[in-house]
Amino acid sequence: MTLQLGRPMREIFGETVAELATEDPRIVMLDGDLGSSTRADIFEKAHPDKYLQMGIAEQNMMGVAAGLATMGLIPFISTFVSFAVVRPLDQVRLMIAQTGLNVKITPGYAGLFTGRTGMSHIIVDDISIMRAMPGMVTVSPADDVEARQVLRWAAAYDGPCYVRLVRDATQRLFDDDYQFEFGRAVTVRTGGDVTLISTGAQTPRVVDAAELLAADGIDALVIHLPTLKPLDVEAIVTGAERTGQVITVEEHTIIGGLGGAVAETLSEHRPTRVNRIGLRDLYPESGPNDALLEIYGLSAARVADQVRAILRPT
Amino acid sequence: MSHPRSAGVTVGETDRLREVARRIRVEVIRAVNHAQAGHIGGPLSAADILAVLYFHILRIRPEEPAWPDRDRFILSKGHSSIALYAAMALRGYLPVEELLTFDAVHSRLQGHPDMTRLPGLDMSTGSLGMGLSAGMGIALGARLTGRDIRAFVMLGDGECQEGEVWEAAMAAPRYGLDNLIAIIDHNRLQQYGWPGDGPDGRIPPQVPGELAAKWSAFGWRVLEADGHDMATIVNVLEEATRSDGRPVAVIAHTVKGKGVSFMEGHYFWHTRAIKPEEFDQAMAELGEPVPDTEGGPR
Repeated sequence: MTLQLGRPMREIFGETVAELATEDPRIVMLDGDLGSSTRADIFEKAHPDKYLQMGIAEQNMMGVAAGLATMGLIPFISTFVSFAVVRPLDQVRLMIAQTGLNVKITPGYAGLFTGRTGMSHIIVDDISIMRAMPGMVTVSPADDVEARQVLRWAAAYDGPCYVRLVRDATQRLFDDDYQFEFGRAVTVRTGGDVTLISTGAQTPRVVDAAELLAADGIDALVIHLPTLKPLDVEAIVTGAERTGQVITVEEHTIIGGLGGAVAETLSEHRPTRVNRIGLRDLYPESGPNDALLEIYGLSAARVADQVRAILRPT
Repeated sequence: MSHPRSAGVTVGETDRLREVARRIRVEVIRAVNHAQAGHIGGPLSAADILAVLYFHILRIRPEEPAWPDRDRFILSKGHSSIALYAAMALRGYLPVEELLTFDAVHSRLQGHPDMTRLPGLDMSTGSLGMGLSAGMGIALGARLTGRDIRAFVMLGDGECQEGEVWEAAMAAPRYGLDNLIAIIDHNRLQQYGWPGDGPDGRIPPQVPGELAAKWSAFGWRVLEADGHDMATIVNVLEEATRSDGRPVAVIAHTVKGKGVSFMEGHYFWHTRAIKPEEFDQAMAELGEPVPDTEGGPR
């Protein structure tokens, strides 16, 4: 049995930030002309006076957000990961991370699900970049339930944060009463043979992979790390101690992202063998979501295959 | 474009502002000499405008730097920070003696402005092209929160080669932000310059008239001023604060290194350590007596 699809995180984004703006008049939405894609249009309908079109000019958008934050407003950013992280990186670094201003960088289109756009829009290294940036926290929710929680947390958090959201519907992992805790890992499956650690929308696929592995007699502990910075070091160390074998799985490059973070942490705190499943050193191509998960080894079946190969080398 | 000539400023006031600008220049030379590092040409070209802003135009409370209803100022050409620090010190934001900590470790006076260290700085800058966007955010934020606050942003003319400047130039008129005032320190030099047949084997960052034409084409109200004539600066900046629904670009024609004859108009005084005899001559030209204990590198 596999986890069922939830609602697209981007719809949750538009709805939740609209709700938040009703509760808190300081909240505004800055859009880089992608509101119909990121679903900032939902926000615009609810709060036309708080919707601020910035045009196709993301560097300026980040600076405007910083200026608004100095005036006591709380800007949320609507664009794609590629245009929130990579293109205006120096603006994010200097005007948001270095100033500590209260800007919410909340782009959609994280990971491979970018509507068949190809490598110009698929950013494979946003976690690596943002978690390395001093002054920036990084959160990658697993599903629509957690995305809503994370956005509510972000509005209340005083400081810059990066929240990566997914365009399309992904599998639902959590019940409605789930409570996100910033900086805390979540054990989503218990097991004693191997510790699988994942983040973002990859975690549900890892839970499915664990069920496939269970049928083969491999009992996996699965840890979800929604917060990639600051890391829940204790949960990672405890997870490693439970099984003595850690495998990270991410819809992201294995260089410097989740796998890098876990390997850094364990080599310092509890040396443990860590294998990393994820994108190798490459730029992905365009295609339907399921096909991309298949060719890049991130579907539940392909993850299970790779875990088996690591645990039982031929 | 227009050249306001209203004589709204008294001779006494322009004399006072001239003395402030002279002291800014003195403190710039003193601090950069003390550190034996730092920018000189840009701070000197901006000194007169900074004097007018901090002593005549800006609605600020130095004793309450975070006063919510203050006007904001952003030095987008952050490499001229020492001139801003000098203006702020003379205005009472920090002790004048603290200027000698410029760009030393643990100083509040970083090489480029860091708003997390020095109260009164309205934005951190240093990577060129960014200040106007933040100024737009401030002007827009003032509008959204119903406050009468003006955002002044000083840019370099070389800085206007950055793409983000023109993103902000495109966006601000769409919100009718006439409380946003860009001041371009048009000193016609940049750090190293474009090879050509001008002085020092270089040609200016723009051709004559280029900046006015561009800002005007982007929908800004363009005013021009002699950036070293106090009465003109006062009149033009006062005119700039009169609303007509458009953001304002003030193109201030300046001389890089202004006030010290051998520094004026030369690329190599963009940033340079000052020699003892140069220090003495600069202070003499600025009319500042130098005690025997001062001068030369520390």
